[in-house]
Amino acid sequence: MTEILLIAIVLMIFVVIFQIAKASEYVSVLKGEEKSRKQNNKINAFMLISFLVLGLAGVWWCNDLYYGKTLFPQGAASDHGEKIDLMLYITIGVTGVVFLITQVLLFWFSFKYQENDNRKAYYFPHNTKLELIWTTVPAIFLTVLVVFGLKYWFKMTGEAPKDSVIVEVTGHQFGWEFRYPGTDKILGKKNYKLTKGANSLGVDFSDPASLDDLHVNVTMHLPVGKPVKLVINAQDVLHDVGLPHFRLKMDAVPGIPTTMWFTPLYTTEQMKAKTGNPNFTYEISCDQMCGKGHFSMRGMIIVESEEDYNKWIASQQPEYFTIFPDKKPKSPTDPIADTTNKQVKLAAILPTVK
Amino acid sequence: MSNTLILQDTVSPGINDVHHEHVHHETFISKYVFSQDHKMIAKQFLITGMIWAIIGGLFSVLFRLQLGYPDSTFPFLEDLLGHWAKGGKLQPEFYYALVTMHGTILVFFVLTAGLSGTFANFLIPLQIGARDMASPLLNMLSYWFFFLSSIIMFSSLFVQTGPASGGWTIYPPLSALGDASSGSKIGMDLWLVSMAMFIISSLLGGLNYISTILNLRTKGMSMTRLPLSIWALFFTAVLGVLSFPVLLSGAILLLFDRNLGTSFFLSDIVIAGKILPNEGGSAILFQHLFWFLGHPEVYIILLPAMGMSSEIISVNSRKPIFGYMAMVGSLFAIAILAFLVWAHHMFVTGLNPFLGAFFVLLTLLIAVPSAIKVFNWLTTLWRANIRFTPAMLFAIGFVSMFISGGLTGIFLGNSALDIHLHDTYFVVAHFHIVMGVASFFGMFAGVYHWFPKMYGRYLNNTLGYIHFWVSIIGAYLIFWPMHYEGLAGMPRRYYDFSMWESFKMFAGLNQFISFISMIVFVVQLLFVFNFFYSIFKGRKVTSLNPWGSNTLEWTTPIRPGHGNWPGEIPEVHRGAYDYGKDGREFISQVEPVGENESAH
Repeated sequence: MTEILLIAIVLMIFVVIFQIAKASEYVSVLKGEEKSRKQNNKINAFMLISFLVLGLAGVWWCNDLYYGKTLFPQGAASDHGEKIDLMLYITIGVTGVVFLITQVLLFWFSFKYQENDNRKAYYFPHNTKLELIWTTVPAIFLTVLVVFGLKYWFKMTGEAPKDSVIVEVTGHQFGWEFRYPGTDKILGKKNYKLTKGANSLGVDFSDPASLDDLHVNVTMHLPVGKPVKLVINAQDVLHDVGLPHFRLKMDAVPGIPTTMWFTPLYTTEQMKAKTGNPNFTYEISCDQMCGKGHFSMRGMIIVESEEDYNKWIASQQPEYFTIFPDKKPKSPTDPIADTTNKQVKLAAILPTVK
Repeated sequence: MSNTLILQDTVSPGINDVHHEHVHHETFISKYVFSQDHKMIAKQFLITGMIWAIIGGLFSVLFRLQLGYPDSTFPFLEDLLGHWAKGGKLQPEFYYALVTMHGTILVFFVLTAGLSGTFANFLIPLQIGARDMASPLLNMLSYWFFFLSSIIMFSSLFVQTGPASGGWTIYPPLSALGDASSGSKIGMDLWLVSMAMFIISSLLGGLNYISTILNLRTKGMSMTRLPLSIWALFFTAVLGVLSFPVLLSGAILLLFDRNLGTSFFLSDIVIAGKILPNEGGSAILFQHLFWFLGHPEVYIILLPAMGMSSEIISVNSRKPIFGYMAMVGSLFAIAILAFLVWAHHMFVTGLNPFLGAFFVLLTLLIAVPSAIKVFNWLTTLWRANIRFTPAMLFAIGFVSMFISGGLTGIFLGNSALDIHLHDTYFVVAHFHIVMGVASFFGMFAGVYHWFPKMYGRYLNNTLGYIHFWVSIIGAYLIFWPMHYEGLAGMPRRYYDFSMWESFKMFAGLNQFISFISMIVFVVQLLFVFNFFYSIFKGRKVTSLNPWGSNTLEWTTPIRPGHGNWPGEIPEVHRGAYDYGKDGREFISQVEPVGENESAH
């Protein structure tokens, strides 16, 4: 019922506007078309300058309302993020000045040079000097931005430090899974054809390096202040590891692993205090369209002190033992727990994986 | 300078004679349906484009309803859409189908076919002084392939599994695997076939536009005397002809992957518990093929709007466009660079950083010709004597939008910043402003300006003013705040943000944006109404040259027949922008240069 009413109201407004428009056409014929055209011209010129003033005020107001909701006031949570924020401020500064100058000129000229019988348009077809100025000045500003940008770009996409914590991230419809390399700091090999049942990541357990790897879902744990290298995979379609608080993003592509590294600067608890939001969470958003559940593909990161992180790592059971509980060693000194010792005779305990 | 025109002399009288014979046996079918008259084909493109624009716009209103009011239900949606909106709430799958079709429709069917299809057809022969296109038959086929493509795309809305829903960029593997999404079943095949037809249409049109501009210019119409609208349409056609075939190859390979078991874009995939045998393909390869068209496509959409706005700004400022050669040069530079920047859409795909650096450099280089254009438009307005017709207002609006959206391109083209902003609402705001709204404004400017030539009647001015003011205010209200959402990292293509701690604070803003978008949509309907009403009932045009314009289309009769000029095609003696020269308000291109006339 309300819909019908709504449509009726819209239709009525339509009819009214149309009648006014039609009437104004008759009025202009009566008044003399030239006269009414000039009147329209004045009204629109005035509207243009008002639009400029109100528009700029609106920009200011909008900034007031929403700047606090962007992530900038709380600062970036990673070293790369801080650089990106700095660059954003510089770019906002440069483009902001250009925006202001050009928009003001556009609307002010439109207002100032509205049709006037006492003035003739100034014949001014070209001026090489002027054109050279506005070719070179933007070029110089852009060079600065490019140099800045590329410096950071190469730094961010460069090799991760050797001592980075390595975490493998795998995206699938519609969730995230993480794998830690365990004590040997080497991720075991994977083969997507082995993906079956509990072995949801297709880990190749014939690779000794896989035996101590940890597998966790949804929530990733990271130590604060240490570089982290993410090795990113997708199982089915494209996904993207989006980390808004760290200002980072990298696609997950089936068959082509990608990487990304950064150093978290604040623990989750510190961020809660910093943002004044007791529910603060580092979230992983999927930023590449991946199907109907795309919007719900949420992961989380808990950044904690190194001590807490190590405690958490120690509390996790290697995936190998969750999949094959019978292989779990009876005592913690069993050599299988430490795969850095490559000489261990593994063949005897390995399951036959097809 | 004008020696290139010998061909024209021999061709035009021939065409002239043929058309005079034809005029007498026109039937309804040959005049309105299978017409070979470029003006009628232009109108066919325009009206088909408008129908698509209403559908595409309506889709955006529907999905904005979900974004703005995620907790509400709308029972009328269920009546309308059945199981796609169970309980009055759009299903995620259908939401994504709407988003995908909105993008596809607006980018290809409205702003490519509807914009350059309309104005290339309408303006090229009229403004260069030709009887018709080089090949009227191919021109007609171009429209009918577009029609066929439209029918196929439209029919995909009615298949049981729904239309394509993987985004207008149709990245595989999502678009390649029926198991990945219900929109990737038959709907996707229809999308690809429709797009293949569309590309054929665009190629037939583009080749025709290029050969017409190069070969059929009237006597004296050297390339440097062409109006900027023609230059822009020329570069648009070149871009289309060189880049659309690459998308066609991508679409065909994707059809193979979908239906014939090939692995061009697929490798190492486990989906719905099934281990796929495909190995060795690259999902990224598709993105290269797609964006090799996709980026030039942005300029295919934008250049005609630039060209027409330049023309309209100059006519209504009563001043020559400032720096004609710089305007042509910057169009050329943009067209060249358009081919060399495609991978800036792929900075976060794991692209080689060194390669990425080149794309950053070339992308930001586009800002230079863009800046030249903006400052030249501003200088054209300086010390002008401006008449604010609705067309002029939309042209000014175009410049404003182009500035706003162009500047945010500097953020996104810089790869380090793109890492944060990629696929957020910042991108949505950027491309909607710079290629969506700006191009629409250019298109509206063109319609208001050339409607009198199309139908011999005027559009209603008051409705035009209302249309402009609501559109520009609405467009800024909708898209400006989106930048803030993007800076906060809010991802695009999300159905619901309420579960996200980082993004849910924008719920109020989303509601506001949705509300405004509905108002703006309704006002576009006012324009559509104005358009169709004025075709039949608009105020009649009584003077040959109502805007006091220099270009050739205003030397034709008020309602030109097939062949455009009843007698000889006029000879051109000067460029298109002699406004305000030697104290005269305007000097038509056909007027010979006087003895005492000052040089430039």
